[in-house]
Amino acid sequence: MDLIIEYQGQLLSGTWVTVKLAVLSLLIAVMFGLLGAWAKLSKNLLAQKTAAGYTTIVRGVPDLVLILLVFFGGQELANQIGSLTGLWDYAEISQFAAGVGTIGVVFGGYMTETFRGAILAIPRGQIEAGVACGMSRFTIFRRIIWPQMVRYALPGFSNNWLVQIKSTALVSVIGLQDVVYNGFVAGRSTRQLFTFMFAVLMIYLVLTAISDAGLRWLDKKYSKGIVRSEDG
Amino acid sequence: MGEAIIQFLDTWSPIDIVLIAQNFDRFLLGAWITLKLTGLSLIIGGIISIPLAIIRAGNNPFLNAPVWAFTYLFRGTPLLVQTYLIYYGLGQFEWIRETALWQPVLSQAWYCALIAFSLNTAAYTTELLRGSIITTSKGEIEAAKACGFSNSMRLRRIVLPSAFRRALPAYSNEVIFMLHGSVVASTITIQDLLGVGRWLNGRYYLAYEGFITAAVLYLIIVLLISKGFRIWEKHWLAHLYPQDAVKVKPKKGLASFRV
Repeated sequence: MDLIIEYQGQLLSGTWVTVKLAVLSLLIAVMFGLLGAWAKLSKNLLAQKTAAGYTTIVRGVPDLVLILLVFFGGQELANQIGSLTGLWDYAEISQFAAGVGTIGVVFGGYMTETFRGAILAIPRGQIEAGVACGMSRFTIFRRIIWPQMVRYALPGFSNNWLVQIKSTALVSVIGLQDVVYNGFVAGRSTRQLFTFMFAVLMIYLVLTAISDAGLRWLDKKYSKGIVRSEDG
Repeated sequence: MGEAIIQFLDTWSPIDIVLIAQNFDRFLLGAWITLKLTGLSLIIGGIISIPLAIIRAGNNPFLNAPVWAFTYLFRGTPLLVQTYLIYYGLGQFEWIRETALWQPVLSQAWYCALIAFSLNTAAYTTELLRGSIITTSKGEIEAAKACGFSNSMRLRRIVLPSAFRRALPAYSNEVIFMLHGSVVASTITIQDLLGVGRWLNGRYYLAYEGFITAAVLYLIIVLLISKGFRIWEKHWLAHLYPQDAVKVKPKKGLASFRV
């Protein structure tokens, strides 16, 4: 316990990196999810096929493989493009950028499925009613689709987010100094790896508990006026 | 002809396909290690999860609380950290290093990964099974009671068979998640599919080849697994589909009618 307190600086700064990584990649995931859901539901065949290929690949390949590919391969690719076009000499992709980008895009694939399902759950008649009232497409989205989509998507969204926080641990493999990396280094130098890894586990439990509370609050907010059946 | 193809690939392919082909047997071996590790973890975790799920579905608080704590801990934290805790962490304790289990089991990366993965999937499967056990319809249980089934017989004959079936779609996700999670093994020196990819890249100082090959092989395995589960679901959940969805082949010579 004394050791944990001695190393709390490293653990806390690592936790902060983990939180930043998770939140930023969530923003990317939501953007890609909305885009993907729109593409999957559009009438454009090319958009449909692209979105289908995207979700199949990012949900089929393990995230660590993609993180490694983006971090090492992306660097090489950037340099090759640079030397071919002569636009830049040497490009470097940081561990943080590779982690945020990859995890964001991967979970965008999961979000795509969640959002698609949520949009399909909205009764078609409501959208037709919006059209009949002369609402623009944007107004229909803002007033009819969005508020209900959030409610329908929330259970799947919560699930994705909880998986996503845990996935951020994998970025420590490419050397990002997140909570796992810092805990590991501290544990190795003090020869107390069990103590430090256990502390890291507890930090993750706290993070998931906080998000759980937040998500429950959101669920309440967006379910106002909805009567749920008893045995739901 | 073969020479010409190799020559052509050597000069024109952006990635070194010849090198991948030369090392392909290693990749297959890596894929086999991945499948073995995932499969064994799923079997061990599955066996552990059945009694735990029955406990979680019941209402004995003394049994329920520790099982809940176990599933909460393992579901709320990353598999990577759980694996590190077991592989690197256990050596911290002198008394563990002195037990007979240390040398043959607990100091070996393979067994540590197997233990961590099994416990992890046991936790997820427990909650999943609990969910499908408690949604067994009341009528079925009442009918079993009325027929004089004992508690264990009711569980064995009525509750579990239908709970397993209803858990199948969610379980296919868990299987794929476990396969994805098994890449963690490559971080503790195991030469699984990703481990081979990392080895190839490290040995020949490459950036893409090893990872791309591993990614494609993982994708193929995942697609095969989900295809398999879909066939399995059609068989075991046939009674839940709407009647029209089940294609009934009309027998020749008889007036065709829908069942």
